Amino acid sequence: MTLTPGFADPVPDAQSCFRALLEAMARPGRVQRIKALPEAPVPLAPAAAAALLTLADAETPVWTDGGPAAEAWLRFHAGCPLVAGPGDAAFLLAVGGMPALASLEAGTEEEPHRSATLILQVAALEQGEGWHLSGPGIEHVHRLRVEGLPPGFLAEWSANAARFPRGADLLLCAGTRLAALPRTTRIEEAG
Amino acid sequence: MAYVAVKGGERAIEAAHAWLAEERRGDPALPELTLAQIEAQLGLAVDRVMAEGACHDRGLAALAIKQARGDLIEAAFLLRAYRTTLPRFGASNPIETDAMRIRRRISATYKELPGGQVLGPTFDYTHRLLDFALAAEGGTVPPAPERRTDAVPMPRVTGLLAQEGLMAPEPPSEAEPPDLTREPLGFPADRPLRLQALARGDEGFLLSLGYSTQRGYGNAHPFVGEIRMGAVTVEFEPPELGFPIELGEITVTECQMVNQFAGSRTEPPQFTRGYGLVFGHGERKAMAMALVDRALRAEELGEPVEAPAQNQEFVLYHCDNVEATGFVEHLKLPHYVDFQSELEKIRLLRREAEGE
Amino acid sequence: MGVLARADAASIAARLDDAPALPAHSRLRGPETGLVMARGRQGGDGAPFNLGEVTVTRCSVRLADGTVGHAYVAGRDARQAELAAVLDAALQDPAARPALLAAVIEPLAAEQAARAARDAARAAATRVEFFTMATMR
Repeated sequence: MTLTPGFADPVPDAQSCFRALLEAMARPGRVQRIKALPEAPVPLAPAAAAALLTLADAETPVWTDGGPAAEAWLRFHAGCPLVAGPGDAAFLLAVGGMPALASLEAGTEEEPHRSATLILQVAALEQGEGWHLSGPGIEHVHRLRVEGLPPGFLAEWSANAARFPRGADLLLCAGTRLAALPRTTRIEEAG
Repeated sequence: MAYVAVKGGERAIEAAHAWLAEERRGDPALPELTLAQIEAQLGLAVDRVMAEGACHDRGLAALAIKQARGDLIEAAFLLRAYRTTLPRFGASNPIETDAMRIRRRISATYKELPGGQVLGPTFDYTHRLLDFALAAEGGTVPPAPERRTDAVPMPRVTGLLAQEGLMAPEPPSEAEPPDLTREPLGFPADRPLRLQALARGDEGFLLSLGYSTQRGYGNAHPFVGEIRMGAVTVEFEPPELGFPIELGEITVTECQMVNQFAGSRTEPPQFTRGYGLVFGHGERKAMAMALVDRALRAEELGEPVEAPAQNQEFVLYHCDNVEATGFVEHLKLPHYVDFQSELEKIRLLRREAEGE
Repeated sequence: MGVLARADAASIAARLDDAPALPAHSRLRGPETGLVMARGRQGGDGAPFNLGEVTVTRCSVRLADGTVGHAYVAGRDARQAELAAVLDAALQDPAARPALLAAVIEPLAAEQAARAARDAARAAATRVEFFTMATMR
């Protein structure tokens, strides 16, 4: 197993990725393109890998189903501890199935920010079509089409919203693109 | 008390900082201090700034001292501020002070102890007479005497007492310690948290508190079981390697204060420890820390908590000189609005008093 | 690794002048400076506590043949960390190892041992030799 590099220029690259993540969280459903991408091992999508490198460090437990190469790469570049249980993680990177949202750390009523952020790799992301999104950060309505979510996703999402202010946040990544669904975003199916 | 944001001082501030820079440099006819000179010749100032800045880096501490014009609390503040810009790679394995490369090691409890009393580079036994030879520059210092001997083991004095069963053992633990730099101080604070706060606490504050315990405010009967100063190896286990590696050596000072303990229903009469450990050569600080650590153990040892040095909240909330500086110096910020209301009230009271 | 962590960049570079050339490398991570929280133990041998942080510079490199070298060194010397990482990688090659050990690691270790011995000798000169004054009451 050979290690590949992380960000080419760690400080500016992580800063620009962080800026994109802020934009994504502030404008739910708007698709951001990550410009500075690390050489992430298969099966990590570049945007997902960049997000995790930006957010995770030695003090954030990470869960991933990305396999040994991804684990070694994350441990090396992010310095993050890897945990076996999805409920123990501050950040999760799911490339296969989505861990149940209800199983993730949701924070407490006093400290809802101590919740988990799930970075989920999906098949495709397209804005301007698909779902109707509303909530904080959306003036009227944003539209987002996501391919590759599990069948019961919308039910899980509304259960997650019902826990507010507790709850998990979601980052959807496809290739070099990502979009955020913070716990406050309401989703209505297109129709 | 509230303070208000005001605008309009920019040019004055710039001019003030320019003057500060000029004052810092001093007479340009004199050579400028180099960081290497500060590191080498003001080494104990560097050590203190590293200890109270809670960041071991001699070069950065020297820079902070230069920038702060020798104000060591300001320098510790600068170092604390700088460390927040650096990522945390992790935590070291606990340093092994019994494996220290000893430069100084003394005990006040045993005259003849294995390894002996090693004075090291100490101010003790100097006569505290100003040495005017130092005022004349360019003097050469003869090398200190050397004595080549076989390495002698220097076991900890507390270990000697423990062998006899007379020293309360430290319960073995590998528990992940709490970290003040990550979680705000909460009470009751357990001993690892207290020791972290004391290790970065203000030397003057801890010295006075330690002194107070000797003078009757805290019922202490301490003996210096041992003071040792020297180099210890810092080991760290990078997650990608999975085994510990050596990062290098740092100098630390350790003090084991031995205190009598009358015993309780569950514990026999025995000695207990107060512990001090600081970055660099900081003997006074390590001793003061050990006295205060022991005083703060009063509650766990079932002793009455009466004196300031035994009061966790009092000691831990006030021992940090960077925090204390922030709160005291914030009084300089504009309080124009709330002072106006105070003025109004005093004037009103005056009028009422005159009217009566 | 401990030897390289205790040596500064200049003294490592000086030893490399007399050593076989180091293989070309690419940087995998760093050199970058960060902090490691140094821990002590309460009472010297009890539960760990956080003493304070130490600046540490780390570097990881990869050689053309895929060998990876890592270094973590106390302080902020980026060149020291990178040289140590390249040496860590190069020393994994059994063919190159003996020459590099002889030219770089062993002389540096000897210098460090001599410094430590001098420190120990100065300390030993300040060891108090008590003699009992029998008549003292």
